[in-house]
Amino acid sequence: MEQLLQQVINGISLGSIYALIALGYTMVYGIIKLINFAHCDVYMIGAYIGYFCMNNFHLGFVPSLLISMVVCTLLGIAIEKIAYKPLRNATRIAVLITAIGVSLFLEYGTMFFVKATSRSYPEMTGMMAQRFNFGNVVISMQQILILAITVVLMILLQLIVKKTRIGKAMRAVSMDRDAAELMGINVDTTITFTFALGSALAGAAGVLVGVYYNSINPLMGVLPGLKAFVAAVFGGIGIIPGAMIGGYFIGAVEVFVSGYGGSLYRDAVVFGILILILIVKPTGLLGKNTREKV
Amino acid sequence: MLEIKNIDVHYGVIHVLKGISFTVNDGEIVTLIGANGAGKTTTLRTISGLKKPTSGTILLDGEDITQVSPRERVKRGISHAPEGRRIFPDMTVLENLELGAYLRKDKEEIAKDLKKVYERFPILYDRKKQLAGTLSGGEQQMLAIGRALMSRPRILFLDEPSMGLAPFLVQEIFNIIKDINTTGTTILLVEQNASMALQIAHRAYVLETGSIVLSGTGAELMQSDEIKKAYLGG
Repeated sequence: MEQLLQQVINGISLGSIYALIALGYTMVYGIIKLINFAHCDVYMIGAYIGYFCMNNFHLGFVPSLLISMVVCTLLGIAIEKIAYKPLRNATRIAVLITAIGVSLFLEYGTMFFVKATSRSYPEMTGMMAQRFNFGNVVISMQQILILAITVVLMILLQLIVKKTRIGKAMRAVSMDRDAAELMGINVDTTITFTFALGSALAGAAGVLVGVYYNSINPLMGVLPGLKAFVAAVFGGIGIIPGAMIGGYFIGAVEVFVSGYGGSLYRDAVVFGILILILIVKPTGLLGKNTREKV
Repeated sequence: MLEIKNIDVHYGVIHVLKGISFTVNDGEIVTLIGANGAGKTTTLRTISGLKKPTSGTILLDGEDITQVSPRERVKRGISHAPEGRRIFPDMTVLENLELGAYLRKDKEEIAKDLKKVYERFPILYDRKKQLAGTLSGGEQQMLAIGRALMSRPRILFLDEPSMGLAPFLVQEIFNIIKDINTTGTTILLVEQNASMALQIAHRAYVLETGSIVLSGTGAELMQSDEIKKAYLGG
């Protein structure tokens, strides 16, 4: 029982990180039908920005997190403007291949500057290093922080998407770009804003992962990126609550598989889930078949 | 108010509009009729900025808007209820209407216009919290027109407003169009239902494979033998 509870807690932490990354995938897909492979590298760069803030500039956790989010936002905007915007009317496969190119560029560009070896986040001290024991179940301060920050960011995201003018524009463009344009919505600005939002969340996830798992390297984004993508597909790609649910589900599955002796198979299980969804319900958990009405 | 001069439009190598010219005067209902594929929808999409013409000019109140963004055209008073309604299915009726007023800042006036839309289409008021995708076809058409009115347009484009509607609803929609016009909005109407369109239109143009082949007042064209034969079934 304690083992189970412990795994649930670990699953929530990992799931939070997947959910944060998955949101970026899903929002961008929703608005321009692009699987932005470079997204997982924005997350990696977020982790490095956090590392430099803490290690070299000795900033605290919160300022590092915020700086990382800001830098990733700018990076996301730059990627969209430089790589994707010129291809707005190109075929989807052209944009997809560009995304893979941007991803490789970021991975190996980063490697050039910071070397391929892993680096460890500075040791957490004081309040950040606290652990709480409930019998044999341990909750670390980092885990509480991860959950708290993820929840706050998700609530903020929901408020932006549901209540603000630009959020409404985002939803309108994702449902029908031409109709949105006829309302006077600036489609380009809206797409850029979507990249900015998703990248900020990825930046936050990067710092949280650094703090939680300690070790970062230039290719750290690849596997979590793919898993977050599976999470987005599981929840129904393009659907924001779907990415949240998918993230926690994939996180929990992975933790349980490793926790109960299958750690060699955890990646296989996650990708097995992807195959299963694609066979059983390709639109994902919350996805619906597009309806048509005459 | 609106003047189209020698507009050419291509989709790839296909020449869809072949140098068409026409005008819409202040306060008129002008209709474009013609068969499927004649280029009626393309004409509207070009004037509202969704499709770039290869040559020609579009003048609104004498100003050249050919190169202007769709957004700027909405600001200058053009509103377009597109073919197939194109409402936002996963938003509520109210959110759809609010998006119609996306570029406006005058909150009080927007509230007034919203009230007017609800008065014109009481069913939309009853369903304001409902997702637009769950409305019936007729209700969706009313929403599309209501949404287009929320930008307080000076000229309203309606693309096939009667498509797929039950006959009694068609009559109702046309009554509404007439009423919108009498309250001061100029209307450019694209229709396949030629007889209905000609009845309410002040003037009409007949489009055939990308060219205007006939024009005149609604009443004149109703009497024309060619029109009778080709579009009015007799």
